[in-house]
Amino acid sequence: MNQQTNPGKYSAGVKEYRETYWEPNYTPKDSDVLACFKITPQPGVPREEAAAAVAAESSTGTWTTVWTDLLTDLDYYKGRAYAIEDVPGDDESYYAFIAYPMGLFEEGSVVNVFTSLVGNVFGFKAVRALRLEDVRFPLWFVTTCDGPPHGIQVERDKLDKYGRPFLGCTIKPKLGLSAKNYGRAVYEALRGGLDFTKDDENINSQPFMRWRDRFEFCQEAIEKAEKETGERKGHYLNVTAPNIEEMYKRAEFAKEIGSPIIMSDYLTMGWAAQASLSRWCRDNGMLLHVHRAMHGVIDRHPKHGINFRVLAKMLRLLGGDHLHSGTVVGKLEGDREATLGWIDLMREKHVKEDRSRGIFFDQDWGQMPGVLPVASGGIHVWHMPALVNIFGDDSCLQFGGGTLGHPWGNAAGAAANRVAVEACVKARNEGRELEKESKDIMTEAAKHSPELKIAMETWKEIKFEFDTVDKLDVAHR
Amino acid sequence: MSGMQDYGSRISDPNSRKMGTFSYLPQLTDDELRKQVEYIVSKGWNPAIEHTEPENMRSNFWYMWKLPMFGETDVDAIFNEIEMCKKANPGNHVRLVGYDNFKQSQGTSMVVHRAEMKA
Repeated sequence: MNQQTNPGKYSAGVKEYRETYWEPNYTPKDSDVLACFKITPQPGVPREEAAAAVAAESSTGTWTTVWTDLLTDLDYYKGRAYAIEDVPGDDESYYAFIAYPMGLFEEGSVVNVFTSLVGNVFGFKAVRALRLEDVRFPLWFVTTCDGPPHGIQVERDKLDKYGRPFLGCTIKPKLGLSAKNYGRAVYEALRGGLDFTKDDENINSQPFMRWRDRFEFCQEAIEKAEKETGERKGHYLNVTAPNIEEMYKRAEFAKEIGSPIIMSDYLTMGWAAQASLSRWCRDNGMLLHVHRAMHGVIDRHPKHGINFRVLAKMLRLLGGDHLHSGTVVGKLEGDREATLGWIDLMREKHVKEDRSRGIFFDQDWGQMPGVLPVASGGIHVWHMPALVNIFGDDSCLQFGGGTLGHPWGNAAGAAANRVAVEACVKARNEGRELEKESKDIMTEAAKHSPELKIAMETWKEIKFEFDTVDKLDVAHR
Repeated sequence: MSGMQDYGSRISDPNSRKMGTFSYLPQLTDDELRKQVEYIVSKGWNPAIEHTEPENMRSNFWYMWKLPMFGETDVDAIFNEIEMCKKANPGNHVRLVGYDNFKQSQGTSMVVHRAEMKA
């Protein structure tokens, strides 16, 4: 790749890509894997050249013709750049649409698809930056993947919870509690009315709290809270481990002591490990909560990396029952329309192309169950009306500081959140407009709940109004 | 610390038992319940009534009060069935379910009559 960057010039080597890999008249087949890349080319490289180069480098191409090319049907195996579009509000970058034939990929292997699509091509010199915006997985590929171990409906049936979002809480401080003190925090949050508590993503098996001790104390907390409240409870026991053997050992122990749910960090643990753990969960009747730690490295830059909607689709294929999706309203990054787009991609059976939500392709999930979106990070009771409105019932709303930071402790904080979510669901069902009437709805609910009243006073002024870095392209300028 | 309240839930107090959606709110009034029934009907869900002895409330399977009311959209008729179930099963919890046959699950479920609980 002796790519020149001098404006107005490009090498003969790049020219060849356009001749082979740019096919504007191509009609994508239902069986093709389709990808939309946002390309920021090196100065002087024409759009078609760079698009064709990306198609080539993410499929069959190499920088020069080799004699063994002639031993196969390269015309079948090549990726084809078939369309180019402007990026709204951006003169420098553009979208390139590329179609890949089914024969390029191993059935059921998310790992294999992404090793092609976001493999060597991301270091390719002809492009200055490259972002994978969306992927259309053909139905044949979807049906060769395991998908979520259980899915939303089965989770509801197992836990006997209907008609409202689930409520959760990440135990804080993130690191440093002893297992017994940690179990205490779990117990208090669950007895106050939450459905779940959660290990933080980086809680594994550190010297201050080894995994086995944590699992045992948390399970005792769950069982006591269940007996006390009569409701079913769970704690996401993080089985993320330094190696697969250790991961399975922890998962087996969680099952042995009767935990209903375990948890993994799918990006740091690795996609193959995630697929294996998900399959184990289906075989063993365990729900699987999935955290996306490291996603910001991959998805936050608007011109380079992989958009989160692709990471979310990937997780649905790899398998997981819950996935963190961003909150829109809390302390962490998240554009509202884009978030609505990928929570649809996590939950729905068929999702239509919708550029206003950043969705570039129709996506048919066949009969694959959905993943429950988890809103977590810097949210508190005042956010509840917006959260219920944005996420609907099939979601898990997680209040960490918003439970544990209650002036009367975790149980009161949990009760405040539970009263708030039920009040919002009741109001929504009555046909009231949650976000418009949020103050009235919350104030009415607080009349019967001193815990909620104090929570509302405590967090009245806390807002997180920083601008989103990764905005939808339609929102630029 | 003054003003701080204890969270008074305990195993020995049967009133600490909760029962799913809306069990952290005050008992719904008839008017409020009517609106929830209207919601179930408006979603196209099939209403159903179930009941249980309080000591068996943690079972997945409560007793069905007749079959689900497939296609029933008359809120008064649904209310009437709830009352009949309550009368026929004094001492039992009664809940209203909205079956969503497209999601193949319950769209919602709420306890509409909470019986007296013994320890």
